[in-house]
Amino acid sequence: MAVDEKTVAEVAHLARLQIDGELVSEYAREMSNVLALAETMNDIDTSDVEPMAHPTHAVQRLRDDAVTETNQREAFQQCAPSVEAGYYLVPQVIE
Amino acid sequence: MHTHSIAAIRRHLSNGDYSSKELCAHLLARIKQLNETNNAFIEITEKEALSAAEQADNTRASGGAASLLGVPLAHKDIFCTKHVRTSCGSKMLKNFVPPYDATVVDKLAASGAITLGKTNMDEFAMGSSNENSHFGSVANPWDNARVPGGSSGGSAAAVAARMVPATTGTDTGGSIRQPAAFCGITGIKPTYGRVSRYGMVAFASSLDQGGPMATTAEDCALLLESMAGFDERDSTSIDQPVDQYSAELNRSLDGLRVGLPRQYFSSDLDAPIADALQQAIEELTRLGVSFVEVDLKNQSLAVPAYYVVAPAECSSNLSRFDGVRYGHRCDGPVDLEDLYKRSRAEGFGREVKRRILIGTYALSAGYYDAYYLKAQKVRNLISQDFTQAFENVDVILGPTTPTPAFKQGENSDDPVAMYLNDIFTIPANLAGLPALSAPCGFVEGLPVGLQLIGNYFDEARLLNIAHQFQQVTDWHLQMPADIRA
Amino acid sequence: MQWETVIGLEIHAQLATKSKIFSASSTDFGAEPNTQANAVDLGMPGVLPVLNREAVHMAIKFALATDADIGYRSVFARKNYFYPDLPKGYQISQMSLPIVGRGSVDVTLDDGAVKKVGLTRAHLEEDAGKSVHDAWQGQTGVDLNRAGTPLLEIVSEPDMRSAKEAVAYARKIHSIVRYIEICDGNMQEGSFRCDANVSVRLSGEKEFGTRAEIKNVNSFRFLERAINFEVERQIDILESGGEVIQETRLYDADKDETRSMRSKEEANDYRYFPDPDLLPVVVEQSLVEQLKQTLPELPEARKARLMQELKLPEYDAAVITADKATADFFESALDASGCTAKLASTWVTGELFSRLNKDGLDLSESPVDVERFSGLLARMHDNTISGKIAKQVLDQMWGSGSTADEVIDQEGLRQISDSSEIEKMIDDVIATNPSQVEEYRAGKEKLLAYFVGQVMKASRGKANPGQLNELLKQKLNS
Ligand SMILES: [Mg+2]
Ligand SMILES: [Zn+2]
Repeated sequence: MAVDEKTVAEVAHLARLQIDGELVSEYAREMSNVLALAETMNDIDTSDVEPMAHPTHAVQRLRDDAVTETNQREAFQQCAPSVEAGYYLVPQVIE
Repeated sequence: MHTHSIAAIRRHLSNGDYSSKELCAHLLARIKQLNETNNAFIEITEKEALSAAEQADNTRASGGAASLLGVPLAHKDIFCTKHVRTSCGSKMLKNFVPPYDATVVDKLAASGAITLGKTNMDEFAMGSSNENSHFGSVANPWDNARVPGGSSGGSAAAVAARMVPATTGTDTGGSIRQPAAFCGITGIKPTYGRVSRYGMVAFASSLDQGGPMATTAEDCALLLESMAGFDERDSTSIDQPVDQYSAELNRSLDGLRVGLPRQYFSSDLDAPIADALQQAIEELTRLGVSFVEVDLKNQSLAVPAYYVVAPAECSSNLSRFDGVRYGHRCDGPVDLEDLYKRSRAEGFGREVKRRILIGTYALSAGYYDAYYLKAQKVRNLISQDFTQAFENVDVILGPTTPTPAFKQGENSDDPVAMYLNDIFTIPANLAGLPALSAPCGFVEGLPVGLQLIGNYFDEARLLNIAHQFQQVTDWHLQMPADIRA
Repeated sequence: MQWETVIGLEIHAQLATKSKIFSASSTDFGAEPNTQANAVDLGMPGVLPVLNREAVHMAIKFALATDADIGYRSVFARKNYFYPDLPKGYQISQMSLPIVGRGSVDVTLDDGAVKKVGLTRAHLEEDAGKSVHDAWQGQTGVDLNRAGTPLLEIVSEPDMRSAKEAVAYARKIHSIVRYIEICDGNMQEGSFRCDANVSVRLSGEKEFGTRAEIKNVNSFRFLERAINFEVERQIDILESGGEVIQETRLYDADKDETRSMRSKEEANDYRYFPDPDLLPVVVEQSLVEQLKQTLPELPEARKARLMQELKLPEYDAAVITADKATADFFESALDASGCTAKLASTWVTGELFSRLNKDGLDLSESPVDVERFSGLLARMHDNTISGKIAKQVLDQMWGSGSTADEVIDQEGLRQISDSSEIEKMIDDVIATNPSQVEEYRAGKEKLLAYFVGQVMKASRGKANPGQLNELLKQKLNS
């Protein structure tokens, strides 16, 4: 399916990516090409095929319910762009 | 001593021919010098390395004998390293210093290995040329005008240039094998779940797998023994004992049945590469291997399926890079939306954004079934093809890449052309199978690789075959002219 | 026009595990911001989720308690959206294959009728963090301590037809999760949160009307008020020819109204897909059997047993079994005191509860524990004290830590059951009230109460009321 600029804008919004100007049309063209490649999958009928999400057939292992983590706030917040009083700060969120 | 393999280094260290500190100092000097031209390293951890090497020497003096004690190596910058910047080749993580180690980093350190630095890579492991790095592209040591392959391009170039005897890499669609082939070295992508993904920055979680890159299969075996194993911090890691890969290298290949996929040897394959493979087949035949044709009939759909599944997973995996808790944050965001959109747009490069967009689209309402679900079904068919093939053969052999290393800039305008480079490597990722690339010849002075794909957890056999091949060939010993000097 | 209300609830019950659903951080409430958020909770690069066994077990217990289908193979999916309190940019939840499938609960309504409410599903998911909006100028602070706390999201069928029914259902679920000890039910701390999907339609209509979702109501009282407000709002819109729009609304308790939450509304394309970091969760039948053994007697069964074995009236049985702690307290008190079920029930739900209510205490915080309370019941049962005196004794026990016997002895409150002593007091009263005696004997039988009162007063309330009645009648009629 050919992707138009409006679709690029919508998808870019969902993905929270600022995409401006002529890049929108470039992405539209590139996405269309990749999707055209993907559409070659339509050459085969997969109606009876199970989707495969994992390459192994293993099942989820379960962890014991134990608290083994200690407070490492300082270490984690060392690389945070904006922190105050232990909180991560972002521009005001209006609810 | 920079040409020594890990196997040789272990002997020399234990004989006292040189110390780990001497070796590391020598290599660090080379790294600093050669990095000017090939840009294989993003980070050189000289101080930490020398002090660790000294400590390793002391440990050895007091009787320590961990398998990789004092052995230098470098990590792809996708593996989190405590207190050492882990950028993943991205502006997004330009200032990210993790307070934790990846399991692979932990395990290799526990085996005594010394980390000399972090190697360059395509941003977030997305690419086949290492041209998508925020820290600049990497030159192929065989021809500086050519790409080293990707995404583990820095890791491959570093080994090829003998800056370090071995490196770690990750392989989501061929990112260990393709650069190994382009740079004339050996690399193995293990079975999905064999090596822990904990602390390895995720690209496509159901495809990503870490593995070793080195000059020889023997070195890969030694490294993989330390890297592999169950990790309770990774739910997809498999709880199964690790084979002693190095102990099985010398098994005879007599009677082994190897499959040649009809689809891999079609008329499309570059004639010189086909010739190199033919020679390898003859060599292996002399070692007692028999060859049969196998049918991987959905092979042509592997690239299309991959370029839906991998972007879909990446679009979600990379949502955490939002400029809130770590990573790049734009200047003066006017509101939350602006913070997200500009931080991400500025922090991610072109290819990463392209894949996020494709993946977001493939998962979005109305397109999920047509793209994502379809790709998962095709993935199953591709996996079934392998299951059937392995009913008749022990291993599958084919080319690693359709061409030798291409020129920088050659494929950068056309993502689809670039993606088709991964045509032979992607199927093993989709199926989760182990696969190895080893040097098997040269085309116009550029190395080419053969690929071995094994059944689940059959890494030992892949390494065994490659090792036996390397006992009777010397492709893996070739070095670029200026490196040899 | 006759309108019908249609309500379905989504309840988020915080599971009472020690550690988070996918990490080994503590789930304790009230810690300093971001001190209980580890690399996994913060969504740091490269780190991975590992599922907490206890959360899975708790979900299965819920399935067993609500007669629901168990998802023997369930799958975690990612719900993708950007929000500062959602560190990974996606919430790990379950979509097409939840761990709990269809079930139902019986809900007793105000008029005593029992209504079966269908459960659509219940799934495991991780909670988000918390945002603090008012502490900084133009900035919001994010605390991720709560991120990764295990939740069981319990989704009902749109079976409720009034706010009262919805509240009765929510209370029922609250009671069940507390019974089986998978959730502490603390609504102030957000351990039990209700979202209500509300729509209205003309009576007799088959199709549902457009619904609004009211988010995060944190008390039963507010739930009722929020739904009632929303129903009124929708009816007003429809009756004035407008159209209800599908949206998320927030209940403002201060203004007693719901209002649109446009910020959460836009671009609801969550792009669910199976989480590649987690494998399918497979539940073995043997585990289900094992968990079945650990389940306590559930409210319905317990209520039936109390009615049948103890002949407790339905109302008493319902009140007592609505909460496991109450029922446990009741049964222990009954056993230890040897009193009648009715006496224990009246005293637990009456005198004990009214004192707890007054002091704003939970049963677990009661100043009079079950042992001392039993002692009080025992003294009433063996006629050592009357009910009236018992209230006085309980008041003194409340503040002192004394046992009933200690209070009774100290205060000399032992009931007078010596008939000669009572007779003597009756004789005195008769002697000092000749005119009333005359009136009584002339047929004004109402005056009996007057004489009882006088004798009681003389005994300082300690005369055994049964004996006193008996003897008084004998004397007056002789
Ligand atoms: Mg919901
Ligand atoms: Zn939920």
